[in-house]
Amino acid sequence: MTIAANDASVQGSESNSEQDSLPLDDIQDAVIRFAGNSQDGIQTIGGFLARLAGRSAREVMTYMTIPSTISGGPSIFQVHLGSGNVLSPGDDADFLVSFYQHSYDNHISSLRDGGVCIYDTDFVEPNPDDKRVKYVGIPITSTTIESIGGSTKSRGKNMFMLGLITSIFQLDRDKLAGIIERQFGKKDESVLRNAMLAFDAGYSYPIGDLFDRRYNLKAGTATDTDRVTTDGNTAMTYGLLAGGVRYGAGYPITPWSPIMETLRVELPKYGGLFLQCEDELAAVSAALGYSYAGHLAITGSSGPGLSLKMEALSYACMAELPLIVVNVQRGGPSTGLPTSVEQSDLLQAIYGSHGDAPRVVLAPKNVEDCFHIALEACRIARKYSTQVIILSDQALSSRIEVFNEPDWDAVVIEETKPDLETRPEDFRPYPLDGLTKHAPPGAKIASGKYPVVTGLEHDEWGHPTANPDLHQKMTDRRRDKLKMLMDELDTPDVYGDESGDVLLVGWGSTYGPLHEATDRARAAGSKFGHMHCRHMHPLPNGMGEVFEKFKHVVVVEMNDEGLYGNGQLATLLRARFCNPAITSITKTDGLNFKIREILAGVDLKMQASS
Amino acid sequence: MATETAAPEKLTKKQLTADHPTWCPGCGDFAVLASFFKVLEKLQIPQEKIVTIAGIGCSSRFPYFVNSHGLHFIHGRALPLATGVSLSRPDTHVFVFGGDGDGFSIGGNHLDHCARKNINLTYIIMDNYVYGLTKKQTSPTSPIGYKSKTDPTGAIDRPVNPMKKLIASGASFIGRSHASQVKHMMAMYERAILHDGFSVVQTLSECVIFNPGSFDDSIPRKGGVFETIDEKKWDDTPEDEARHDVTDAGAAFGLAEDQYPGKFGVFYQAERPSKNTLEQKWIDSSMEKTGAASAADLLRGRFAKMK
Repeated sequence: MTIAANDASVQGSESNSEQDSLPLDDIQDAVIRFAGNSQDGIQTIGGFLARLAGRSAREVMTYMTIPSTISGGPSIFQVHLGSGNVLSPGDDADFLVSFYQHSYDNHISSLRDGGVCIYDTDFVEPNPDDKRVKYVGIPITSTTIESIGGSTKSRGKNMFMLGLITSIFQLDRDKLAGIIERQFGKKDESVLRNAMLAFDAGYSYPIGDLFDRRYNLKAGTATDTDRVTTDGNTAMTYGLLAGGVRYGAGYPITPWSPIMETLRVELPKYGGLFLQCEDELAAVSAALGYSYAGHLAITGSSGPGLSLKMEALSYACMAELPLIVVNVQRGGPSTGLPTSVEQSDLLQAIYGSHGDAPRVVLAPKNVEDCFHIALEACRIARKYSTQVIILSDQALSSRIEVFNEPDWDAVVIEETKPDLETRPEDFRPYPLDGLTKHAPPGAKIASGKYPVVTGLEHDEWGHPTANPDLHQKMTDRRRDKLKMLMDELDTPDVYGDESGDVLLVGWGSTYGPLHEATDRARAAGSKFGHMHCRHMHPLPNGMGEVFEKFKHVVVVEMNDEGLYGNGQLATLLRARFCNPAITSITKTDGLNFKIREILAGVDLKMQASS
Repeated sequence: MATETAAPEKLTKKQLTADHPTWCPGCGDFAVLASFFKVLEKLQIPQEKIVTIAGIGCSSRFPYFVNSHGLHFIHGRALPLATGVSLSRPDTHVFVFGGDGDGFSIGGNHLDHCARKNINLTYIIMDNYVYGLTKKQTSPTSPIGYKSKTDPTGAIDRPVNPMKKLIASGASFIGRSHASQVKHMMAMYERAILHDGFSVVQTLSECVIFNPGSFDDSIPRKGGVFETIDEKKWDDTPEDEARHDVTDAGAAFGLAEDQYPGKFGVFYQAERPSKNTLEQKWIDSSMEKTGAASAADLLRGRFAKMK
């Protein structure tokens, strides 16, 4: 939490009249962690707060853990609200809301020194000797039950807490009520009534005796009104739709499933369809069927599912069929940590199929980028008739961020019908001097010779051959089209210093923490830059020259350092640039990088070299 | 499967012929190919709308020998790929070819699901009771006692009963034929193609190299009996009582009991909506609700709810 520099005595206009006697602190940002069980609906209130932030020109980022059990189990939702640029979910919480003893026991260490622990006196007994943080005990459960009328067990305490938070932080009660109404209004009338009763009980709960101050979270200066609040899976789904994907196939697996669930409902509105398949092999095969039939198609999964798709993806490389493949990465190997974040599928994405099977791999850096990377994937798949793997991850998939609404007229692909024009006499699907453009079924071929798309090595007409010279030439061709793509990519921007002590390099959901780590190091006087890779394969040109300008190039990623001491991207970059300044910071604890973890890691590198 | 009535030019076997098949001389698959050509000639399906799809195996070389749009896929996954083509391109005629390895072993799960979903396509399984392309290993339909490189003293595993499997999985057209019986094959293929939904014809097709004589007991000129299924004519005659009702799955299951050599003909046929029809209904009603809005408008509307 950062106290705003300006006068703290300004009274919030939305203040609660009976509690006006409390002094008001203007703050720039706040990290609130709700810790309870998965059925308590803490994600719901986290979502309300995020949406409110989006509507109030504030920035927001959320972070949650969900148990992989069927029902119940400890769960948290962390909201980082701020009036400036909020890029990470926050290293430490300013406020911890503990619903249960286990919530308190497991999360009190996440609260910063001097932070505030709000706990449910009905369930939690805090450590009486702990003077590190401030304690505020409230009978959350019993007050909620009382407010609703005693018949609802403990349901609704999430709404009670939301009301309390609204009061403590001087949030806009009416706007929030509107958001709640929209969420619950479609359900049974009593659901909305109970929710509002609990919310108002929290909002009007007398906090004067418990808190010594209230907080005014300053509204941001952003003037954009067309801002949307959503998670990475949703953003990517609509990016795919905007990019012209009309057909998809998949199999349920966490955390990929929400993408397929949304596509299943949305695609028919666009005249397309999504097929739930019997397994991952069928899903990738059906998707290639759409692709062969002349459509841009998508399949996707998470780690284990990608392993199952790999044979068919090797086929897609040989046959040069366009396809989008989403991998929402999670902790591995095997079933691993199904609901935790990890970035350990990069090398699989690039090299995981048998044979020399080059393909494009992209990685979005934040929720907004999930939308734009999907568009980029569509463009590349079409132009180069190639498969494109998008590596998202569990953190991006579920966290909520605010971003500007895309310019629809500029990005949406409306025309998605297969190209059924008659192909000319000299039609060759695999020309040695050009890019592949298939003739889908239904297209006449003027020569009268119809093509067979095959996984066997083939000549320019697609005819199988084992000719040694042609296998070499076709291997060259499949590789060289990715080099063509490489040449059209821009070198990734460097944020911060263009040269100096340390260049932090990352990919995927570590964008925010790396950005903030750079800010912090520069504020402390070091010369730091940050480069974030979105095009993982091929890597854009020009990166080597940037690396030369820094003493240390430190690649930060959430995977293992492996036998030779380097994470997966670091291994690639060292192989690509042969630059000994490239080193690696890795971890696999299933949690996002904290800024201080990154800076501590960099300090160790610098000490080792001095 | 519906066929177009007014083909602009007459489709001939000559047009449909592509590479000379690489099958061994005497292979049963030649007769399957010839019968397929004849049925296409008869039905006059526009050439550019014919799609032949196969997985891996001797019989799966089929698409190279048919001059039509074709795709030679990976082992066992031809059906799900064909599902994608069929669902997204209702204007095409999708044919899948494969052997017993593709159909009953590596792709066995796909066969069940393609059948129950009733995808509109025709699947011809050329069953030779052996893995031929990899040179004589036991297949899922090899009879007990069959000597192969993986069972030198004779196969010990109970084989798949293809008819029972297909009936249980809910295929809506199930036929069985024999590569030595061209007229019977043509009749089966034609009925399969005209069926709306998933149609499958198991066709015994001898591997003369690794399983010679395997089907002699169903070839009359070699002393066997080619026993066809006598279908009900619904003519109210006393003889009709004993005939097979193709809509009776229980009776079909009974007919399937005897597997070697088994009976030939239509075991089962039922009219039920294909997945193609059901999905199209959902697409139509979804688009009707949105007033067939443009993609940009749909996206704008959706994002308005995220504000």
